[in-house]
Amino acid sequence: MNDHTPALLIILPLLFAFLVSGMAWIKKGLCYPLAAGGSGLCAFFSIRLFAHVLEHGTVQYSLGGWEAPWGIGYHVDLLNGLVLVVVSVLAFINMIATRRAVAAQFPEKEGAFYALYLLFIVGLVGIAATGDLFNLYVLLEVASLTSYGLIALGGGRAPLSSLNYLYMGTIGGCFYLLGVGYLYIMTGSLNMADVASLLPPLYGSSAIWVAFTFCMVGVGVKMAFFPLHVWLPNAYTYAPSAVSSLIAPLMTKVMVYVMIRLMISVFCVDFAFSVLDLGNAMVWLSILAIVMGAALALAQKNLKRMFCYIIVSEIGYMVGGAWLGNPAGMTGAILHILNDALMTICLFLAAGTIHYRINNLDLDQLQGMFRRMPVTMACLVAAGLSIIGVPPTCGFFSKWYLITGALQAGQYGFMAALLFSSLVNVILFFRVIEIGYYGDFHHGRVHGSALETRTEAPAAMLVPLLILSAGLVVMGVFTGTIVTSVIDPVLPAALGRQPLCP
Amino acid sequence: MSELIPVIVAKYNYWLYIVLMMIGLYAMIAKNNLVKKLVGMNIFQTSIILFYVSIGCKKGATIPIIHHGIHAGQHAVDPAHYVNPLPHVLMLTAIVVSVSTLGVALALAIKIYNRYKTLEEDEILARLRAQ
Repeated sequence: MNDHTPALLIILPLLFAFLVSGMAWIKKGLCYPLAAGGSGLCAFFSIRLFAHVLEHGTVQYSLGGWEAPWGIGYHVDLLNGLVLVVVSVLAFINMIATRRAVAAQFPEKEGAFYALYLLFIVGLVGIAATGDLFNLYVLLEVASLTSYGLIALGGGRAPLSSLNYLYMGTIGGCFYLLGVGYLYIMTGSLNMADVASLLPPLYGSSAIWVAFTFCMVGVGVKMAFFPLHVWLPNAYTYAPSAVSSLIAPLMTKVMVYVMIRLMISVFCVDFAFSVLDLGNAMVWLSILAIVMGAALALAQKNLKRMFCYIIVSEIGYMVGGAWLGNPAGMTGAILHILNDALMTICLFLAAGTIHYRINNLDLDQLQGMFRRMPVTMACLVAAGLSIIGVPPTCGFFSKWYLITGALQAGQYGFMAALLFSSLVNVILFFRVIEIGYYGDFHHGRVHGSALETRTEAPAAMLVPLLILSAGLVVMGVFTGTIVTSVIDPVLPAALGRQPLCP
Repeated sequence: MSELIPVIVAKYNYWLYIVLMMIGLYAMIAKNNLVKKLVGMNIFQTSIILFYVSIGCKKGATIPIIHHGIHAGQHAVDPAHYVNPLPHVLMLTAIVVSVSTLGVALALAIKIYNRYKTLEEDEILARLRAQ
């Protein structure tokens, strides 16, 4: 591919971020159209690039014309093509859906908000597209820094939780950087493909082992893998609703992608499973993540906070699936990146829409919500069903692959954890349904009270939400196509050689 | 002990960065004041910069610039005579990242101070609990 699509993906939102922050001084009303334009162009180019990759195979792009091991190479195959599409399209839809909420919440700061929003897209898209380990670190910090800023825009405890996130995030980023440093000492290269080709003779070295551990711990902090998750619930709960529906679905999922990328195309499967033999330990850690995430979600009294712990639990699904060490588990993990991004954005957008109307997301404030906002609650229930894993929705299919993988690998604990968290999710969402549907009866309210009136959110917020909820079912229906045409080709052949029972 | 000393001396740059990193981590975990935590964070980041810069270093090597002399470019360049410039260049970017992280963190600290009139974590938490 001779054109510059991979570079445009990153440069366009960057350029528009600059334009938006300048426009804030001239004409505030133009900030949003500019930002939507930048984000839309990014989504358009990523879909085009993904279509090209589907048809013609992997795209290599050298920035500035410097060939790969010396210059920075962008390397887009089906796996990151998929992540690129997920990130840019969901960010675009979220920008459209939350316009009203943003205008109501920070009328003075729209320029700054949209500039940060676009920079966040730059970071995530860059992480997904790059084929260079150090470039990945820089873009990771771009995404993290903008998310600290975006989260701090919320009121109340938001700055404090953002600062705590910053401490943890910086430690994570630095650990990753340290891991890359060890890799560079041993191989003298930073290009992922080049490092992968230089590594096999060095597998015995303890420096590579240290590099792998540092990279994994660093990425684990950024993705909020269970014992390292403490920053996530506060940061995402106190963030403004438009921000949490952007960051919560995308940031953690992209970090899971980074982990899978490191596992399959930098250190390679042989190292992760045969040399280090970490599969068992990581699967047990993710069992802990799933169970603890689900248990903590049960204890929450706030809708958004409950969703945050569901994310912690879902991260356990993906990490565990990737470390099962067989094709079904890896397929489940990659499919779940896509599905979970979709489910989480649906949940957080619905929560944001409710927040737009009633300004409170405590569970006991949700009484009568089904009568007041039927469409929003229907979308919330659809996303909830998908999180639980009810068949026509996409959540069922990725969970199916994960459970199949667990059975093949003989990891019955992981399978039990998946089923346990599904049951907990049933309780969580039926509790929301109970409060929303029957809550007002318990309080003996008479008909015709304020809770009876229908105060549905504006159509501009509902249409994107409805599109996303429909997407949940559409993705479920097309799971077979996605798996055979996108995920199967990227699975490393070495996975198939793994013994089925460790 | 006598075997340990040569190991430490031979790899003193690594030991130094680990010591600095632990000081930074200790400050981030144990200090109560939010700005002291930030200082710890900066020490932590600087230790990694030091680590990278030290791995590019070689004994008896010079800066990686080829003189524009009469015979410039006519003789083969021996990498053993030059310091590896790449880690230093990478660290320029890492320094930019660490400065901007510090900037964002200080801005957040100001916001927190304006709200709670203190930067001591236990006082802030006590106030939050009282609410």
